[in-house]
Amino acid sequence: MSNKVFAVVALAVALALAAVTQLIPNDYFFTAAYTVLLFVILATAWNILGGYTGYVNFGSAAFFAIGAYTTVFFYNAFKAPLPVGIVAGTLVAGLAGLGLGYLTLRLRGVFFAIASLALAVVLYIFIVNWDYVGGARGAYVLQPREIPFGLPRYIHLIYAVQLVMAAFALVVARAIEHSTLGRGLAAIRDDELAAECSGVPTLKLKIFSTMVSCALMGMAGTTFPYYLSYIEPSSAFSLSYAVNSIAMPLIGGMMSWMGPLIGAVLLGSVQQLVQVTVSSAWNLLIVGVLLVLFVTLAPNGIMGWVDAWRRRRGR
Amino acid sequence: MPGNNVRTTLRRALGAVFIGLALTGTALAQQPLKIGFGMSLTGPLAGNGKAALIAMEIWRDDVNAKGGILGRKVEFVYYDDQTSPATVPSIYTKLLDVDKVDLVVSGYGTNVIAPAMPIMMQRNLTFMTLFGLNVNSKFNYDRYFQIMPAGPNPAIGWSQGFFDAAMGMNPKPKTVALVGADAEYPAMALEGAREHAKKTGLKIVYDKTYPPNTVDYSPIVRAIQATNPEVVFVASYPPDSAGMVRAANEVGLKTRMFGGGLVGPQFAALKTQLGPLLNGVVNYEFYVPDVGSRFPFLEQFLAKYQARAVVEKVDPLGFYLPPYAYAMMQVLDQAITGTKGLDQAKLAEYIHKNTFDTYVGKVAFAKNGEWAAPRVMMTQYHGITGNDVEQFKKPGRLTVLSPKEYKTGDLKAPYHENKK
Amino acid sequence: MEVSWALLANAVIAGLLLGGFYAAMSVGISISFGMLDVVNIAHPAFIILGSYIAYIVNDRFGFDPIVVSVAVSPLFFLLGMVLYRIYYICFERRGQESLRGLAFFFGILFITEVALVLIFGVDYRMVSTRYGDVTWRLGPVDFPMRLVVPFLVAMVMVIGVQLFLTHTFFGRAVLAVAQDQLALRLMGVNPVRVKERAFALSIATAGVAGAFLIVIQPVQPAIGREFIGLVFAVCVLGGMGSIWGTLLGAFVLGLAESFTSTFFGPSWAPAVSFGLLLATLAFRPSGLLGR
Repeated sequence: MSNKVFAVVALAVALALAAVTQLIPNDYFFTAAYTVLLFVILATAWNILGGYTGYVNFGSAAFFAIGAYTTVFFYNAFKAPLPVGIVAGTLVAGLAGLGLGYLTLRLRGVFFAIASLALAVVLYIFIVNWDYVGGARGAYVLQPREIPFGLPRYIHLIYAVQLVMAAFALVVARAIEHSTLGRGLAAIRDDELAAECSGVPTLKLKIFSTMVSCALMGMAGTTFPYYLSYIEPSSAFSLSYAVNSIAMPLIGGMMSWMGPLIGAVLLGSVQQLVQVTVSSAWNLLIVGVLLVLFVTLAPNGIMGWVDAWRRRRGR
Repeated sequence: MPGNNVRTTLRRALGAVFIGLALTGTALAQQPLKIGFGMSLTGPLAGNGKAALIAMEIWRDDVNAKGGILGRKVEFVYYDDQTSPATVPSIYTKLLDVDKVDLVVSGYGTNVIAPAMPIMMQRNLTFMTLFGLNVNSKFNYDRYFQIMPAGPNPAIGWSQGFFDAAMGMNPKPKTVALVGADAEYPAMALEGAREHAKKTGLKIVYDKTYPPNTVDYSPIVRAIQATNPEVVFVASYPPDSAGMVRAANEVGLKTRMFGGGLVGPQFAALKTQLGPLLNGVVNYEFYVPDVGSRFPFLEQFLAKYQARAVVEKVDPLGFYLPPYAYAMMQVLDQAITGTKGLDQAKLAEYIHKNTFDTYVGKVAFAKNGEWAAPRVMMTQYHGITGNDVEQFKKPGRLTVLSPKEYKTGDLKAPYHENKK
Repeated sequence: MEVSWALLANAVIAGLLLGGFYAAMSVGISISFGMLDVVNIAHPAFIILGSYIAYIVNDRFGFDPIVVSVAVSPLFFLLGMVLYRIYYICFERRGQESLRGLAFFFGILFITEVALVLIFGVDYRMVSTRYGDVTWRLGPVDFPMRLVVPFLVAMVMVIGVQLFLTHTFFGRAVLAVAQDQLALRLMGVNPVRVKERAFALSIATAGVAGAFLIVIQPVQPAIGREFIGLVFAVCVLGGMGSIWGTLLGAFVLGLAESFTSTFFGPSWAPAVSFGLLLATLAFRPSGLLGR
């Protein structure tokens, strides 16, 4: 299926889901689903650089926070509505990714990973000291009173927006995967030196891939301040975003766009369930243990199992 | 014999009636009053969250022993919010839409109160909150209530006692240094301190914050010393409170008054760790054994709390959150009983209009939901010897400087000459 | 604020003392990352583990935490060996260490932290030492023992590691494995064994550094994460694979933080450190003393 067709199908599915789920009478579904969708976007975004290109980004939280804080900035400065915040947040995060990539992608992948961690710390300190977006005290973003499309509560709108954004992220990931760019990235992932020698413009591709990946991570963060009405640095930069955005593609499978989706839906739902049933220190333990188990025993994730099973059935 | 038949029938009939009554009676009483909330059982504030939960459970048991509220037994439905704002919307929507609780209260701290506000406002619920910092200033919700005794303007009320005591020194000080952690509470406390400095004409000679994971506080204290302030106001969280007090002793900080807004020394862990290093430090407390006689039932409650706290390994003193968590539930109890129901509008109206008798004294609320008048006690530590916890359970280690109605003594200045 | 000589001197002393401690925390990374090319993101987790073990024994029996950690270091050594075995079998052998190895260690970091939370809770823990509240004053300059004692032991440890690497057969084998594994194999030494022991050494140093940490400041499970960046910053700044480089990098970082804290405001200190790291990565990735 071509990219255009896939895009239409994805959008249609997203809108259909949004419409059908409006029938669910309780709001808990929407708050939980919002969080799972957030991770779908983050995982898909991370995988563009991680799974497709082979570069590990530990600073997912930084780009997520950039998206969130750009929204806050535009809200404070211009009382800008949500769409403006989304576009702005995505762009700023992409620019930040460009900067990070430009500075560090000439070096080995490991340095990029450490630099991404360092960036997260520097950015955190910067935000903490920047009073305009609330600094350490946090910023309040009040959900608007009137809700478009006649939806009953604001959470329904945010959830629908998140669905559309998730579809968008999946479309982008799939488009990259099936393009010449994607093949170039795969070459880099498998053996960067050989790729360079074969004429693949590795630096350009890596920088582009970083930019797209970080832009999408920022996009995931843009609705967050509206979801909570309150955002403060230590939770916006929470390392749980970094861990989950790595664990979910790993568990789902890093080779295709379906892997992060599966991983995010599975792991995200489990975490939401655990949160309202058993003690939540176990939540993080589950993520850590699953991460380690999958990375040692099932490096290709769930998609890898599916592929192996298919092959065994002799397709 | 005919008489026996009649009696047996009567007995059987009466028996049936009694059983019937008993069944209906229990059926009615079976509908528990479900109160839902998120609480920090893990994460940075878990120590306090768990302490608050114990206090609330003691309240629940006390209330149920007396027959519940309006004849209904109280039940809690709660989830761990991990001290993270991100979990709050899911927790409260589940509590309200899936678990169908009758009433909600908040978790501990601004981080988990603020994200719940839109949900409360959308459904017009009365929301009793536990120690949030001026959350309602943004939302202006008329059904929000706060049990922290900071007063209608929390930033100001917090350090009021400190600056009152400072200006009570003779001669009056002229300079002040402000320092605190890069975090939400210290930022608010420092803002209030700046206001006070302006009002009292104190010149601010140092005004900086430090990141929460600072390892060494000596450079900070030295930098402060270099400005020679007469008063040093510190707003910090437990790890940095410990660090700052230690650094002040290491560097030999010379100033007339030191302390003010340190979170941490209210708990046993820091009191015992720092021990004599705390002598001379001025700090806020919410409860002090020295004024225990003014709060009659509090000592009984604390005994119950302390027994449980040791078993569950939380703060063994319980002077900070637990009394207020208990008081918060008492206010709700009295409001529900007073309005004879759970109508949220009537509850809010009742709470606004009345003064409540609680374990922490009389509680009344201002229009914005905060306490009508601040009652943060400013105290000075003295006479602490060694590192055992028992000395803190009895009077004699803290002088209450403010507010006037609880004052037990005067400030001993300067700080560096009164470290005993 | 008057910049007095006393203030300057104290800033320097504090920076150096802190730097010694940072060096102890980072020498393990210098070995595992610098020489063995194993990106052990979980290194801080072992530091915290060391802190907690020191805390438990100190709390129960009152022994000095640093003494405890040295006594317990063989256990950390063993743990390091096991960890490396797993890492080698699952990743290095398959050539997938960059991505999955990183993820693996990230998972270990998390599991360690959460396990500690489940066992100990999130309250800060401190140790009580005989020298903890003692400060020597030499004129206007202060030497708090809380910093001095860990500094001294840290120096012994770091210099000890350097001497070990340069003056023993095994140590030189480690240096060799960093340079050319194939050549080492041709000389009859099993590089995997060498790497395993070297990695174990790095974990052992982490355990001891944990005792330093808890002497200097209160510890709770989550603070390990705060040190990931710092530890790698020290190594990159100093130059990968060079212990002297690590030492130098640690001192530079310690001084930078101390000066920033004292003269510009403590909230910018971490930014300075990481800014230095980013600048090094951008302009001189081999670090100050790197190869």
